[in-house]
Amino acid sequence: MRLGLMAVPVAFFAVFFAYPVSAIVGRGLKTDGVWQFGRIGDVLSRPDILDVLWFTTWQALASTALTLLIALPGAYVFARFDFPGKQVLRAVVTVPFVLPTVVVGTAFLALLGRGGFLDELWGVRLDTTVWAILLAHVFFNYAVVVRTVGGLWSQLDPRQEEAARVLGAGRFTAWRRVTLPALGPAVAAAALMVFLFTFTSFGVVQILGGPSYSTLEVEVYRQTAQLLDLPTAAVLTMVQFVAVGAILALHAVTVRRRERALKLVDPAQTSRRPHGAGQWALLGGVLLTALLLILLPLGVLVERSFDGPEGYGLGYYEALQSAGGSGSTFLVPPLEAVGNSLQYAFVATLIALVVGGLAAAALTRRAGRLVRGFDALLMLPLGVSAVTVGFGFLITLDKPPLDLRTSWILVPLAQALVGVPFVVRTMLPVLRAVDDRLREAAAVLGASPLRAWREVDLPLVRRAVLVAAGFAFAVSLGEFGATVFIARPDNPTLPVAVARLLGRSGELNYGQAMALSTILMLVCAVSLLLLERIRTDRSGEF
Amino acid sequence: MLSLQAATVRFGKRTALDAVDLEVADHRIVCVLGPSGSGKSTLLRAVAGLQPMDGGRVLLAGQDQSGVPVHRRGLGLMFQDHQLFPHRDVGANVAFGLRMHGTGRAESERRVRELLDLVGLPGAERRAVAALSGGEQQRVALARALAPRPKLLMLDEPLGQLDRSLRERLVIELRTLFQELGTTVLAVTHDQGEAFALADRVVVMRDGRIAQEGSPLDVWQRPASAFVARFLGFDNVTPATVTGEAAATAWGKVPVPEGSPQGEVDLLVRPAGVLIGAEKDGLRCTVGVRTFRGNHVTVRLTPENAPVLEAECALRDTPDEGAVVGVRFDSAETVVLAEG
Repeated sequence: MRLGLMAVPVAFFAVFFAYPVSAIVGRGLKTDGVWQFGRIGDVLSRPDILDVLWFTTWQALASTALTLLIALPGAYVFARFDFPGKQVLRAVVTVPFVLPTVVVGTAFLALLGRGGFLDELWGVRLDTTVWAILLAHVFFNYAVVVRTVGGLWSQLDPRQEEAARVLGAGRFTAWRRVTLPALGPAVAAAALMVFLFTFTSFGVVQILGGPSYSTLEVEVYRQTAQLLDLPTAAVLTMVQFVAVGAILALHAVTVRRRERALKLVDPAQTSRRPHGAGQWALLGGVLLTALLLILLPLGVLVERSFDGPEGYGLGYYEALQSAGGSGSTFLVPPLEAVGNSLQYAFVATLIALVVGGLAAAALTRRAGRLVRGFDALLMLPLGVSAVTVGFGFLITLDKPPLDLRTSWILVPLAQALVGVPFVVRTMLPVLRAVDDRLREAAAVLGASPLRAWREVDLPLVRRAVLVAAGFAFAVSLGEFGATVFIARPDNPTLPVAVARLLGRSGELNYGQAMALSTILMLVCAVSLLLLERIRTDRSGEF
Repeated sequence: MLSLQAATVRFGKRTALDAVDLEVADHRIVCVLGPSGSGKSTLLRAVAGLQPMDGGRVLLAGQDQSGVPVHRRGLGLMFQDHQLFPHRDVGANVAFGLRMHGTGRAESERRVRELLDLVGLPGAERRAVAALSGGEQQRVALARALAPRPKLLMLDEPLGQLDRSLRERLVIELRTLFQELGTTVLAVTHDQGEAFALADRVVVMRDGRIAQEGSPLDVWQRPASAFVARFLGFDNVTPATVTGEAAATAWGKVPVPEGSPQGEVDLLVRPAGVLIGAEKDGLRCTVGVRTFRGNHVTVRLTPENAPVLEAECALRDTPDEGAVVGVRFDSAETVVLAEG
C-alpha cells in the first residue's frame, strides 16, 4: 500500500531529478566513458574555486547569524505581544520569502545600487559590497525565523516560566532554563534552513554580487553557461550536493528532536499587550526594523517602476506591452511573460500537489529508517543546484522516449521539483497530527482504507492542501535557476524576463525591469495574502 | 458469538497476548480487567482486526476472521477517548457507520434520532462535537458504535476519562441499556468497580495471559492468586503454611475455612476479617492512618515485626490513631490462594 503510494514520487524524482543531475555530473567527469575522478582534486585546488567556496560558506554563516540577530526579537514580539495590525504585519513580513529572488535582487538594487534610493539621498552605494547580499538575505529569510521560532514560541505555555519564577528563578534565568531549551531545536532548525537557502543563493548574488562575489550556484551557472566548462561545473555541483545533504541530515535530526513532546497551548492565550517602557521599545524596534528592512526595499521598487524620464507615470508599464524597444531581443512583448508564468505555475502546482501529496500520504505513518530517509531526500531539490537541474533537463530529456525539448511541460516540471518539498513539508505535520485512531474508528465503522482517507484525512487536511498549493504556486512563479535554461526565448517567465531586462543597459530596460518585478511581486503577494487567510496552525515549518 | 483460540500477539520480544482462549456468548457482557500492559487493549485490537496476530484464530459467529479486513468484520468499537470525528457534527458522527454500510438517507436519519434518544441526547444532531462535555461525548461515541447494529460491541476503557460520580452513574446506565438491547459486549478496563458493575463475566489478565475468569461474585469472593487479590485492592496477602484449619503466617496463627488447600500457599485476609480488640487479645498492633468510607472505616495497623494489616471496622468502633490494639482473625474472611 505504502510502496504503491511511493511509486509516483519515486519515479518523478528518478526521471526529472536524479537522471538529469547525474547525467550532467557524468558528462563533466567522464571522457570516452572513463571516469576522471582526478578532476575533482584539480578543480578543488584552483585558487579561484577555493575563493568561491570560502565566500559561499562565510556569507552563508554571516547571513544566518545576521538573520537570527534581527529576526529573533521579531519572533518574540510576534509570539508574545498583542498589537493592532499584527495579522497584517505577519503576512507582510512573509511576502519576501515567497518573492522571486530576482525581485529581491532588483529591489535591493533599486535601494542600494547606482542611482538608487540611498545613492540619491546620501550618495551611499552598497551594491558592490557584500552588505547588499547580506541584507537581501536577511530580508529574504526574516520570515523563516519569525514563523518557525515564533510559531513554537507562541504555543509554549507561559506558566512553565511562571513555575520556574515561583521556584526562585529570576526573569532571565527562567527564560534561559525553561524557554530557551524548549526553543533550541526550533532555532537550530530555522538557522539550518536559512543557512541552506543562503548557501545555495543564486538570483540575489547574481544580481547584487557583480563580478567580484560569486556563490557556488552562481559559479556553476557561470562555468556552465558562459565558460562552457562542464567538468568544473560538475565538480561544483557535487560539492554543493554533499554540503546540502549534510545540512539536511542535521536539519532532520533537529526536527526530530523538536517533535519531542512539549506542552503546547493555544497561541491566543499566550500573547498580551506590551506594558512598560522596555516592552514598548522592543515592539517599536521590531516594527521599525520590519519597516526599513522589508517595506522600504519593496516601496522603492514600486516607486522606481513609476519614475520615468518625464516624471512619474505608467511609461514603463506601457513599454512592457510592445516587443520592440531599442536593442531589445524580446521576440514578444514582455508583458506576455505574466500569462506564461501564471500558466506554468498553475501546471507546476498541480504536479507538485499530486507528487507531494502522494509522498506525504505515504510518509504519514511513522516508520522505519528507510522511509524517514526518504523524508529528508525530498528536501534535496531545494538545495541542489537548480542550474544543474535546468541544464540537465536540456541534455537528457531530448531523446525518445522522453523528448520534451520542444514541449512547454519542461518548465512546469522543473518548477514542480522545487514545489514538492514545500507541499510535503506543509502537509506532513498536519497528516501526522491526525490521530491514527480516528482512521481506526472509521475502519471499525465499515470504511475501507481508501474511504477512511477520503472521509477522515482529506477533510482534516483540506486547509493544509490549500496552503501547500499557495506555497508551490509562489515558488513556481519565482523559480529562476532552472527556468532560465529551459524557458524558450519566445515564452519567457516573469523572473527570466526581469533578468533579461536587467542584463541590458539603458534606463528604459531598467525601468521595465522594475515594473515587471512589481507585477511579479503583486502576483506573489496576492497569492500569499489569500493563503494567510486560510493559514493553519501547523504550517509554520518554513 | 466471539471465540478466541490461542490468540497470540508479539511486539518484538514482548508477548502482549500469549495463547489466549476466550469465549463470549450471545447477549452476554464480558469485561476484561487488568493493569496497564497486561494485554487487554491488544486483545480488543486483535478482535477488531486492527492488530495482526502472530498466532491463533478469531471466530465471530463461527466464522474464522483471518483475512477479513477491519471494515468488513461488522463490529462496534468505542475508543478510550471516543475519537469522534472533529470535522462532523453529532448527527454525522452517529450516521457515519450507516453511510459506510449504504443505508438510505431517510432510514439513516430515523436511526440517528432513535439512537440519540436512546443515549439521552435527543435533538443533538446539529451540535458540534467540540462543544460536548466528556459525558456527552461518551454518549455520542456509544450511539455511533451502536448505529450499524454491530454483532459485537467492544468498549476500550469506556469510562476512563470521566470523573468518579459520572462514571458510577453511567456504568449503571450502560448495563441497563445493554441488557434491554440484548447487545453482546466485550469491554476492557483497569477499574475493578467498573468491571464488576458492568459485567456478567469477568476475565482478569496478567502479562498477556488470563489469570482468572468467572462471574463477578466468584472472582471477588475467591481470587485465584495473590496477583488477582492484590489487583482487586486487597493488601492483606502473605505467604503461609496451612496445616489443617490453621495457617502459620508473619501475623501469627490465622484460622482458615474447612477444606482449604494444605502446605505452602499465599493467604488473603479480607479487611473485614481483621477484628480489632483489646491490647492483650491477639496480635499487638499500633493504629495508623484511618480512611473514612461512608458507613465503615479502613484502618492501617502496624504489628511488631510483621507486614502492615488493613482492617475494616464500624464507625463507632474506630480506635484512635496511635492507640495500641490487639488483633484476631475471622476464618470466614480468609481465603487460601491456591496458585502462587
